[in-house]
Amino acid sequence: MSAERMGSTPRDRRRRAMSAFWLAMTGVAALLTVIPLLLIFFHLLRAGLGSMNLAFFTSVPAPVGQPGGGVGNGVLGTALLVGLAALMGLPVAIGAGIFLAEAEGGRLANGIRFVTDVMNGIPSIVIGIFVWAWVVVAMGGFTAFAGGVALALMLIPMVTRTTEEMVRLVPKELKEGALALGFTRWRTTLGVVLPAARSGILTGVLVALARIAGETAPLLFTAFGNPFWSARLDQPIAALPVQIFQYAISPFEDQHRQAWAASLLLIGLVLAMNLVARFLIRSPFRSR
Amino acid sequence: MQPVPEQAGALAGAAPPFYARLLPGYAQGNLSDRTYALTIGAFGLSIPILFALIVIRVGGAAWPAVRAFGAAFITGTRWDPVSGEFGALPFIFGTMASSLLALLIAVPLSVGLAIFLTELAPRWLAAPIQFGTELLAAIPSVVYGLWAIFVLVPWLRSSIQEPLANSIGKSIGLFAGPAYGSSILAGGVILAIMIVPFVSAVSREVLAAVPVAQREAALALGATRWEMTWQIVVPYAVPGIIGAIILGLGRALGETMAITMVIGNRPEVASSLFAPAATMASVLANEFAEASDDMHLAALMSIALLLFGITIIVNSVARFLVWRVRLRGGR
Repeated sequence: MSAERMGSTPRDRRRRAMSAFWLAMTGVAALLTVIPLLLIFFHLLRAGLGSMNLAFFTSVPAPVGQPGGGVGNGVLGTALLVGLAALMGLPVAIGAGIFLAEAEGGRLANGIRFVTDVMNGIPSIVIGIFVWAWVVVAMGGFTAFAGGVALALMLIPMVTRTTEEMVRLVPKELKEGALALGFTRWRTTLGVVLPAARSGILTGVLVALARIAGETAPLLFTAFGNPFWSARLDQPIAALPVQIFQYAISPFEDQHRQAWAASLLLIGLVLAMNLVARFLIRSPFRSR
Repeated sequence: MQPVPEQAGALAGAAPPFYARLLPGYAQGNLSDRTYALTIGAFGLSIPILFALIVIRVGGAAWPAVRAFGAAFITGTRWDPVSGEFGALPFIFGTMASSLLALLIAVPLSVGLAIFLTELAPRWLAAPIQFGTELLAAIPSVVYGLWAIFVLVPWLRSSIQEPLANSIGKSIGLFAGPAYGSSILAGGVILAIMIVPFVSAVSREVLAAVPVAQREAALALGATRWEMTWQIVVPYAVPGIIGAIILGLGRALGETMAITMVIGNRPEVASSLFAPAATMASVLANEFAEASDDMHLAALMSIALLLFGITIIVNSVARFLVWRVRLRGGR
């Protein structure tokens, strides 16, 4: 476009060449960041797909060193841990999100917002250690409950901030209309504002659940892992990511095979949740 | 007449209630509104309370080691739980070395990607690439670790480490052998892959926030497309890009599973990129569940506290920088 105006002195030609070169380099950078993604999916499918069969989903791990067995208990454990975290974390997170949206400015609200962001950046392993010191020591051993607390602590800052942003997106007129009709403030929020922000909040919740479902580090000293079927909250419990970790660093070929298959399963779960969340974001019913 | 809060409190014979400060709009409401304000206020306050609990609990548990070793804990280079010697320097070194290496690799790629997406790529190409990087961000850390153990590390060993160690590695200490595979290099590379999505997403956001008028003015003055990007758009967005980089650093410092699986877990301060090392996060993942004696536990707690403190500082700085650019771009 500016080529004609720039003329064709050697200096201009060099500038045009430099421009083309560096712009091409940004394309190369983009390509280089996509390659690992393709490689990871290629290897996951190649190494994982063949090991998936019914027994893999329905049975517990075989005794160490023996081939066979599956990760059924890990799937159950992960579902239980994520459910537990949602049960404990979501009310707090959504309540706090509504609070931040309603309090808007204000020094206290800004402070809480900042602490929430900082908490979001705490390494997950530190969360695990905190829950160990707080819950595991008090309960006298590794438990599913402690694992749920750890995941809930990771969930809260993520969901709080998305809830706040989604509630803020609801048009002010909607809220003012409800207040003008004589609604009390709490009925306005719960009956008008929240339903309008519902799909946005749900999206944030799904993305956060997908993220904690793949967490390993905070479970190492809270839920700990369990080679048997267990759904008891006061006992250690298996989790899919922890099983992947243990299989990956084990010396047995068959466990490596299962680690790939379990990873493929975990990625499938996580991506499915993310895709549903993306669909919700695009849904035409989002902010009526 | 509108009563100023102090007068209202004086009339009622009491200080203004606490919830009035939390949510001023609700102070004049009826009982149900005030109950509601108190409830969500309590949810809001629970977050700083949880944060304070973490600080107190981890800090308290670390205290015996802090008192016993003092500053020598940070500068000590020997970590030997059996003989009761605890120096954290190898872990601090491993964390810093792997994270800085990750930034060295990830920053040019992420900024390049962000420029490509905002300035160059047509929509049909930008959308799938962006979706792809979002997928990278959603992959669990342990899956990165698995891939790194069985694909990345063997490749690095045979294609990068061995040739380098056998040629220039003989004279340059940074590339000295032997090539184990599990190394600072492997850790840095996997961390780089993991932080690219975050650094590029925030960079893209701040680049997109640069006003169109700035670009148009540069082009009107006869700048080439690249000159406009590099001399006008990027400098305008620099504080935000630095924020994005520091945000990426914060993630790299605290990343645990993938790095634990590939860094080799040997607590030494090594001068070669090909040497195995350990990070603060990896020693916690490896030793915490098995630590039985009190001083070992307290030493590990001190490492957790240190990691906690460093990531909080790094993240606060990053948030501040990104927030400032958004504020400026919004005007």
